[in-house]
Amino acid sequence: MGEEVKRVKRIKAEGKVVMDYSILTKFIYEKDSHTIDFYREKSSGYKALSKVLTMNPETIIDEVKKSNLRGRGGAGFPTGIKWSLRSKDNRPKYLVCNGDEGEPGTFKDRLLLSRLPHNLIEGMIIAAYALSTHIGYVYLRGEFAKEYRVLEAAIKEAYAARFLGKDILGSSFSFDLYLYRGAGAYICGEETGLLNSLEGKSGRPRIKPPYPAQFGVFGMPTCVNNVETFAVVPWIIREGAEAFANIGTEKSGGSRLFSVSGHITHPGVYELPLTVTLRELIDKCGGVRDGKKLKAVIPGGASSAILTHQEIDVAMDFDSLVKAGTMAGSGAVIVLDETVCIVEAASIILKFFEHESCGQCSQCREGSHWLARIFHRIERGEGTTSDLNLIPEICSNMAGQTICAFADAVTGPALSAIKKFKKEFEEHVFLKGCPFKINNGPNPNGEKELSNVF
Amino acid sequence: MELSEQIKNMIYEMKEQFLSDEALLIPLLRAIQEEKGYISFNTMKDAALFLNLPLKRVREVATFYTMFNKTPVGKVHLQICSNISCWLRGADHLVHCAEKRLGIKLGETTFDKHFTLSSVECLAACGTAPVMQVNSSELTIHEEYYEELTESKLIELIDKWAKKLNELNELKQREK
Ligand SMILES: Cc1cc2nc3c(=O)[nH]c(=O)nc-3n(C[C@H](O)[C@H](O)[C@H](O)COP(=O)(O)O)c2cc1C
Ligand code: SF4
Ligand code: FES
Repeated sequence: MGEEVKRVKRIKAEGKVVMDYSILTKFIYEKDSHTIDFYREKSSGYKALSKVLTMNPETIIDEVKKSNLRGRGGAGFPTGIKWSLRSKDNRPKYLVCNGDEGEPGTFKDRLLLSRLPHNLIEGMIIAAYALSTHIGYVYLRGEFAKEYRVLEAAIKEAYAARFLGKDILGSSFSFDLYLYRGAGAYICGEETGLLNSLEGKSGRPRIKPPYPAQFGVFGMPTCVNNVETFAVVPWIIREGAEAFANIGTEKSGGSRLFSVSGHITHPGVYELPLTVTLRELIDKCGGVRDGKKLKAVIPGGASSAILTHQEIDVAMDFDSLVKAGTMAGSGAVIVLDETVCIVEAASIILKFFEHESCGQCSQCREGSHWLARIFHRIERGEGTTSDLNLIPEICSNMAGQTICAFADAVTGPALSAIKKFKKEFEEHVFLKGCPFKINNGPNPNGEKELSNVF
Repeated sequence: MELSEQIKNMIYEMKEQFLSDEALLIPLLRAIQEEKGYISFNTMKDAALFLNLPLKRVREVATFYTMFNKTPVGKVHLQICSNISCWLRGADHLVHCAEKRLGIKLGETTFDKHFTLSSVECLAACGTAPVMQVNSSELTIHEEYYEELTESKLIELIDKWAKKLNELNELKQREK
């Protein structure tokens, strides 16, 4: 066993996450890390805010640009650039934190919300100051009850300490922060769906342009960022943009929280620099569970294309993963071992997408429905060879044709599954059943035995 | 007007947070469900009247979001995550166990109206999969997560809640 794995095991046994480049996770598991006193005493909390209040907003935005911070919500858009695109008219402006965390495999925002709420609050106040915004909302997914209570208490603490409210710390800047709770809909994670939901409507995404920066919540200029994106901002201001940029690659700065789940020895949230490769990341998490062999990895949440076990020597930054034909998404790494039937796994993901499509674009509504049906049919042994050709055809009608990126997200797992594991699909069709079930449960040698069928 | 004073006050207090009163609809529906366990057609009417919105809007929103129950659910609502990471860690087996213990199928409610069993999508707790979320106004359990669930833990929980519900029932009977 490598030293690193031993260390990980020890830290895990103590109930802590790995701390390699600990911008966020250094104190995350310490008792009371969610309180304002802890935050101020142990992690220089709200020092960045005092610094910022004497700075020119342009300078702050430049710092964020220089840090190469890219949004952690999914699209990886450079945060500094997003902030610099702010509307400069004098309409009221809004700041919104996307805490809808719904991408299957992702659970890092939930950890941040319950353990480090003040990092988020301070990050939002700094962003508000930089963007001359006086009202902010944190949109939490409806299922987050404990996280809601923690954040509610943290916001109260911040008001009491005069970090929120009127004339923050004696300056002339005021900012109010409110919580808003969703009610269960994955599509509310898409930023314009979220804004509609915040207005009390169904969370259907809006046609863009106009972009939220011009026409956001209540028709006013709005900036939306992910929980993790806001939460690293205080560190960047405190330690300097350069320090942050140095940790990452040329185009994406800093470390990132990876949510690692599935067949991994030590599932959990890991903070690692963006230069880490997928193979290293899996090793750091103790490798595949129960000494099994790796079969495939979903590297960026359920919307990302599947990678085979031969494709894991790829760096986990945004650009490298795009080059590898997939995406960094929300940083959710889902590990599948050799016992997994890819058809069934993909079928579960597609069932999810079918359920969550908001239905306003016909390509997406129909496409995700048919994909889910076809995958399910193949898995049950009722698929035909023409079904196998139908899958790419449906996908080509979906990608790039719709109001939001959801439809593209559906095609990621569908296309990569059939392209990279075609043989497994064919076996389902020819055997008229799932080879993993015909052999009475998961069979690690299934692949070998079954090749005799052909 | 059926809305309780408590709910009305809560909504009045939230008014200053939003540019438009429409934004109060989701908090209002959430509050109704928390109090009553589900959102009936009649309470939708009350909500529409209260916020001065067309009933159609209220119905549309109530049906769009999956957390809103439009029909009554059991006193304890078990929601097992069936998405990818939980599935990889045996969620479907847990569903089978719950079905067997309760004598119902996924999506059904027990005859005594004590339990409803549902499957839900990813709950953002995949690192501690498999996960179940539980709601019960009766037992004051609000969106509680049960993580790293095993067959025995699940059965233990179900039995514990069944016992509690029976005790509550007996108490009510005696009060009568
Ligand atoms: C279908 C879909 C679902 C999304 N879900 C989330 C989500 O749950 N959380 C999130 O932060 N961003 C989500 N996003 C990305 C947001 O639209 C948006 O890009 C992000 O909140 C911007 O913040 P960032 O720049 O800090 O990443 C989703 C996007 C799409 C298309
Ligand atoms: S792509 Fe799908 S989810 Fe997005 S707006 Fe269209 S129908 Fe809705
Ligand atoms: S897949 Fe079950 S909590 Fe994410």
